[in-house]
Amino acid sequence: MTEFLNEITLFSVISLGAIGGVAAIVLYMVAQKFKVIEDPRIDKVEELLPGANCGGCGLAGCRALAEAIVKAESLEGFNCPPGGNDVMQDIAKAMGWEAGEKTPMIAVVRCNGTREFAPPKVRYEGLMTCAFAHSLFAGEGGCPYGCLGCGDCVEACNFDAMYMDQETGLPVILDDKCVACGACVKECPRNIIEMRKKGKKDRRIFVSCINEEKGGLARKNCKVACIGCGRCVKECKFDAISMENNLAYIDFEKCTLCRKCPPVCPTNAIHELNFPPRKQKAEKAAAKEKEPGE
Amino acid sequence: MGGVHPPENKFAEKRSVERLEPPKSVAIPLSQHLGAPAKAVVGKGDKVQAGQLIAKGEAFISANIHASVSGTVAKIDGVIDASGYRKKAILINVEGDEWAEGIERDESLIEDSNLTAEEIIKKVYDKGIVGMGGATFPSHVKLKVPKGKKAEYLIINGVECEPCLTADHRLMMEKGQEIMVGASLQMKALGVDKAIIGIENNKPDAIAHLSKIAAGYPGISVEPLKVKYPQGAEKQLIKALVNREVPSGKLPIEVGCVVHNVGTAFAVYEAVQKNKPLIERVVTVSGSSVKKPSNFMVRIGTPVAELIEAAGGLPDDTGKVVNGGPMMGKALNDLNVPVTKGTSGILIFTEKESSRPPEQNCIRCARCLTICPMGLEPYLLSSLAEKQRFQDCEDERIMDCMECGSCLYICPSGKPLLDHIRVGKNRVGQMIRERSG
Repeated sequence: MTEFLNEITLFSVISLGAIGGVAAIVLYMVAQKFKVIEDPRIDKVEELLPGANCGGCGLAGCRALAEAIVKAESLEGFNCPPGGNDVMQDIAKAMGWEAGEKTPMIAVVRCNGTREFAPPKVRYEGLMTCAFAHSLFAGEGGCPYGCLGCGDCVEACNFDAMYMDQETGLPVILDDKCVACGACVKECPRNIIEMRKKGKKDRRIFVSCINEEKGGLARKNCKVACIGCGRCVKECKFDAISMENNLAYIDFEKCTLCRKCPPVCPTNAIHELNFPPRKQKAEKAAAKEKEPGE
Repeated sequence: MGGVHPPENKFAEKRSVERLEPPKSVAIPLSQHLGAPAKAVVGKGDKVQAGQLIAKGEAFISANIHASVSGTVAKIDGVIDASGYRKKAILINVEGDEWAEGIERDESLIEDSNLTAEEIIKKVYDKGIVGMGGATFPSHVKLKVPKGKKAEYLIINGVECEPCLTADHRLMMEKGQEIMVGASLQMKALGVDKAIIGIENNKPDAIAHLSKIAAGYPGISVEPLKVKYPQGAEKQLIKALVNREVPSGKLPIEVGCVVHNVGTAFAVYEAVQKNKPLIERVVTVSGSSVKKPSNFMVRIGTPVAELIEAAGGLPDDTGKVVNGGPMMGKALNDLNVPVTKGTSGILIFTEKESSRPPEQNCIRCARCLTICPMGLEPYLLSSLAEKQRFQDCEDERIMDCMECGSCLYICPSGKPLLDHIRVGKNRVGQMIRERSG
């Protein structure tokens, strides 16, 4: 009995060993034949990238960016929005290249048509996605340019940097979390979200409206719409504000954040963020300036 | 294949067509048809007469637009139309009711015509005739058979499978003779000798009436059809009448058929025999709580609110006002939307009728598969679109969906299947356009 068992054990060990040996040789040969030689630098660059795979750089993910950077042998034209300058500098250091400074950007919602300012006239109960609502009608408030409030942008954000304000029905962007990957900009069917310069101390001034209708029409649906009156254009000393299709636009490259334009806007369509509260004096002066024109 | 049986609710089927007086002002959109918008040829302050050309459709797929009333052009401005957006329209303040020269307005029947096929098609184009069933495809394009193709059958669509709508039904009952003449003119234009009028079995009076008249017109026959939604969809109708299947992504001419609505046949008659452009149409105003469900003959550009007023006013329990049929129509978000060439009905639903059931999970009952008239898989298309897998959507033939709404109607879980599919179709359409540059 024991002899019989021994025989089986011996036979098994030898045959399995032989199969293993043959398989190992085959595997080794195949591995040699189909070896992919990859630049070890790709792994190095990828390690330095944040690994969020957000697509903010315009490529499929961090690996793809790393491959593209190594292939191009320079950082020219590449940008990792979530990583920002720090990451690009790190990569440059590791690779021994030079990296240019990139201005930090942030997403800005250019619509202030809250339920209060643009009261809903109809009720929408279809599929709660902006893409669908956009194909159906102008929106509950009636503005064909305004935010539809279904939150496609919030869905698209990979960094929890946005939420829907239930009270206003508009998306809110969190300054400290937004990495300017641009996913929300791409998702918005009405192109309401814009990527703008972050500014010193996160300060920024922008026209919170993209309505190109004539003033009266725009105001009919929304109290805080840009009516294209042109007062801000006149006020700006730096030629930063332009007027096109009844809509003012502030060029963030030229804007010096002087805070002159927000008080002259008759509909309060120009927003300033993260500034200290205005001094009493300035407020009074602004109010005075506003009166005669109205 | 497939199909559903929604309650018919044809409240206005016994009400004869009532002619409404022109309103105080009309807004005539420049884009009432499929294809490129027409170009305005009048300006602010111009005097126009009813039936006068006010916008020209110059592109290959486009249609002329005529003034539906006489008066002064107030302005050319954006007006909210059924699309929910502001579109360019010609606003006319009505003064009197003068008609342009050459238009015969008496009701007498003119049967004979010695026009050639080209002349008929030219008249159809001149008078701005478009498909009256709702898709508003310019009729002259459909009547020109492309080179290398041959038309065998003209199919006249009198199915009216959408619940509630009765406009075509009433037209068949009251203008049967004219429809026959219109159909024979279309046959001549197409060079075919067979025409079939398809009517659903729920309109026995129309079937009997038209069969009697058709006996006097060689080549035209009337076919009763099973009651089923969407029996009146082009491809389904061809399958039911001549048992041919239109290939995916192809037009009916591929199988030798051209389909026109009965309303279009009537409009062709009026255009060719009476020189009358398409400036009025029959619109059903109906709903369970509407005081006086009616069929109105109204001028194009009349605000919907006036029609509702004529039908007894907006009921208090109104939830939605829908432009078109209950299955494919679209809720209006403004009651001043003008009636256009494609407005077949204005339906008023109560709050209870129009509310959507709460959405639950798919229970894999496969009812949407059973009923899809195009043989698609609505549950799959909808979830693929929801997950933004648009390439897969295209592979699963999402573009074949005609948005009939049967899947949405049948779904026991109340899933917004069609909503997702529409998003998918939009995106796939974009992809296809980008690919072809």
